[in-house]
Amino acid sequence: MSHLVKENVQVKETLIVEERGKEAQSAVRPLLEIKNLSKSFTGVQALNDVSLQIQQGEIRALLGENGAGKSTLIKVLTGVYPRDGGEILLDGSLINASDSGHAQRLGISTVYQEVNLIPTMSVMENLTLQHQEKTFGLISWKKAEIRARELLAQVGLEIDPLRQLDTYSIAIQQLVAIARALSTQAKMLILDEPTASLDSDEIKQLFDLMERLKSEGLGIIFVTHFLDQVYSITDSITVLRNGECIGTFKTAELTRSDLVSHMVGKSLEDLAPTAHDHSIKRERTELLQLNNVGKQRYLQPLNLSIAAGEIVGVAGLLGSGRTELCELAYGSVKPDQGDVTLGKHSLAKSSLRRAIQVGMGYCPEDRKQDGIVAELSVRENMILALQASKGWWSPISMAEQQKLVEEMIKRLAIKTPDMDKPIGELSGGNQQKVILARWLITHPKLLILDEPTRGIDIGAHHEIIQIIKELCEQGMGLLVASSELEELVMFAHRVVVMKDHHKISELDGDEVSEQAILRTIAS
Amino acid sequence: MINERNLPILATLLVFIMLYGFGMYQYQGFRDTLVFSNLLTDNAFLIITAIGMTFVILSGGIDLSVGSMIAFIGVLMAYLISNTGMHPLFAIGIALVVGVAFGAAMGVIIAFFEIQAFIVTLAGMFLFRGLAYLINLDAVPIDHPFIAGLYDIYVPLPGRGGLTFIAMAMLVLLALGILIARRTRFGMSVYALGGDSHSAALLGVPVKKTIIKIYALSGFYSAMSGVIFAIYTGSAYPLAAVGVELDAIAAVVIGGTLLTGGVGYVFGTFLGGMIQGIIQTLITFDGSLNSWWTKLAVGGLLLFFILLQKGIVVWVKKRSAS
Repeated sequence: MSHLVKENVQVKETLIVEERGKEAQSAVRPLLEIKNLSKSFTGVQALNDVSLQIQQGEIRALLGENGAGKSTLIKVLTGVYPRDGGEILLDGSLINASDSGHAQRLGISTVYQEVNLIPTMSVMENLTLQHQEKTFGLISWKKAEIRARELLAQVGLEIDPLRQLDTYSIAIQQLVAIARALSTQAKMLILDEPTASLDSDEIKQLFDLMERLKSEGLGIIFVTHFLDQVYSITDSITVLRNGECIGTFKTAELTRSDLVSHMVGKSLEDLAPTAHDHSIKRERTELLQLNNVGKQRYLQPLNLSIAAGEIVGVAGLLGSGRTELCELAYGSVKPDQGDVTLGKHSLAKSSLRRAIQVGMGYCPEDRKQDGIVAELSVRENMILALQASKGWWSPISMAEQQKLVEEMIKRLAIKTPDMDKPIGELSGGNQQKVILARWLITHPKLLILDEPTRGIDIGAHHEIIQIIKELCEQGMGLLVASSELEELVMFAHRVVVMKDHHKISELDGDEVSEQAILRTIAS
Repeated sequence: MINERNLPILATLLVFIMLYGFGMYQYQGFRDTLVFSNLLTDNAFLIITAIGMTFVILSGGIDLSVGSMIAFIGVLMAYLISNTGMHPLFAIGIALVVGVAFGAAMGVIIAFFEIQAFIVTLAGMFLFRGLAYLINLDAVPIDHPFIAGLYDIYVPLPGRGGLTFIAMAMLVLLALGILIARRTRFGMSVYALGGDSHSAALLGVPVKKTIIKIYALSGFYSAMSGVIFAIYTGSAYPLAAVGVELDAIAAVVIGGTLLTGGVGYVFGTFLGGMIQGIIQTLITFDGSLNSWWTKLAVGGLLLFFILLQKGIVVWVKKRSAS
């Protein structure tokens, strides 16, 4: 541990030396300087001693996996969260933003992924909110309209500023948000995943704008999951992992594989090529087939088939399209092209209830939000999917419910004093098992698991992997998306590698190894 | 310009014109300006209350305390004028300050303790009614030459009608409301808060300050309404204006303001209040119908407007999705 820390300090020191050298060359102080920033939430260290500097006219990518601390960093910068320690300097002077409005007045503007404008107000009203020009103490809408048109022209938009914002597409709303961010004499612009819902033309428009702003001396922090975009637009890259700043690198000098290694915290050389048995022993009977399934602005069309008794893993960085693939396969998001078939049943257009009836099951990524109903008991949570597939008019008798639930509690070794305890009081691992049980009692042929081991302790982690393997041996097909490559390679027969909402590769049998997956992602 | 935002208020205007037109067509007496000026006078206190309520609903909140506030302010005024011999102008001044202070206090609780406006203003509703009884149990007349003088101010219009002081006060407060809503930073903050309070905060809208101002403004308008109601009836009664908060909400919604906040106009509220008055007048003109038919008609209209708004929201979503 101490060895690691030392190494980190060294990395930082060399960086500082580099930065100093740069400073001496251009003889300007950094536009934004963050020194030893720390922030924790109830015991979790979200940011630990993070330092970085950004120059005028620099586009900096801020990268990291889930929980790396990107959004915490942005929120501390813009005053949404108070910081525990450290300093922030803008243009050489200490700043301490108390809220988002204050940060804007100081010169730091942020554009978030979800457009943070008021949908029910007109474009003009949104652009001028809190900055309206007045004549005789009253807002002058004539001046506001002129100003709005100027701001729209600045981002290259030709739209009617008098129309309500939500009558325009998300892409246009995003550009309006940027126009607004620029209206407050911003020195620093933070773009938090602005491209997630844009198509390629719109992204190009955005990049042109970023280039122009850069040439005007603005500093830009660009948060994204798309590595291609990082390499096509940014000057430098800061990687965060588990709240720590891993380092800042020049984009041109950092290879993709190094970048990916920094992000996931594993270097390619350290990984053993492969050591698991990935072959399927039985004959293939195709179960789930995705035929050119895709959805615009969601997931590029792809093919995928899963046989009975096969586990297919889905790997990729955060935001690469793992969850999107699961949602389309299950049908909770309907594809706009292609066909999903399970056995003989075509499901692309049918209801979820039908999907469950023919043998589909899905445990979503965010257990708390999409999976459990915290106030209901273990029994009620477990019986939900079965009841839904039967329809609410044919209730399952209490005796039958108890029998089913009893069986599952035993089979999955769920630790709960009794089946009528509210599920919210169980540990994360046990909640996850209840959700697994919910689907198992519907006897699915195919089970989709998105991040089945997130946020649970090591013991439960191991148990859940064992359960996954057992289910597979019993002939169930499984589609498992996970950010933990280590666990994927332990059980997956095949691994689909996702990147930028594309399926870029499919690794089969002996090809499945952590190293191979990382290589594919970095390529 | 017809767009999705103006549609509800256009519908309100249409209903207003149709109802008024129906009255003019059906009854000779309806064609006189007297009917219109009486509408202005008789519904003044409701419309004034509803203007304050418009800001509250635009911000996504609700204020149930306004009816009790009207009664409380009336009783307070009567007490100050009769028992302390204070000049009515001072009494009115004090009443308004009290109204604003109570409104602001509710706003502080809503903003800082993050309690639903519904509960806080419900508490205010009971509290003000109780305070009114604490001062006075019975109806008392407000006898003062100044109040009588105000009541007698009259600007004749062509025909038999004319503008009373009450009607003029209402029109001035209406103009003020329109200016505050559309031409001040505070007004735009109210719209922003109702449209999306999370985004509003990120855009730099001072959320808590705005919430306090909104309820203070509603307190001002309902206190003003209490003053007008006292002048109108020439008396004060702790049980006055029971249920007016609901009439005011109805006026706001019939006036085209979205109950979820963010969309609406103060002028629409004026029309909404007038529409309720017209329905009442029509039923009086008819003579054969029970006055409870007013409630029936208002209920039907309310339902219609809520469905209309829902329809527009769905339509806009579909259109921007395509």
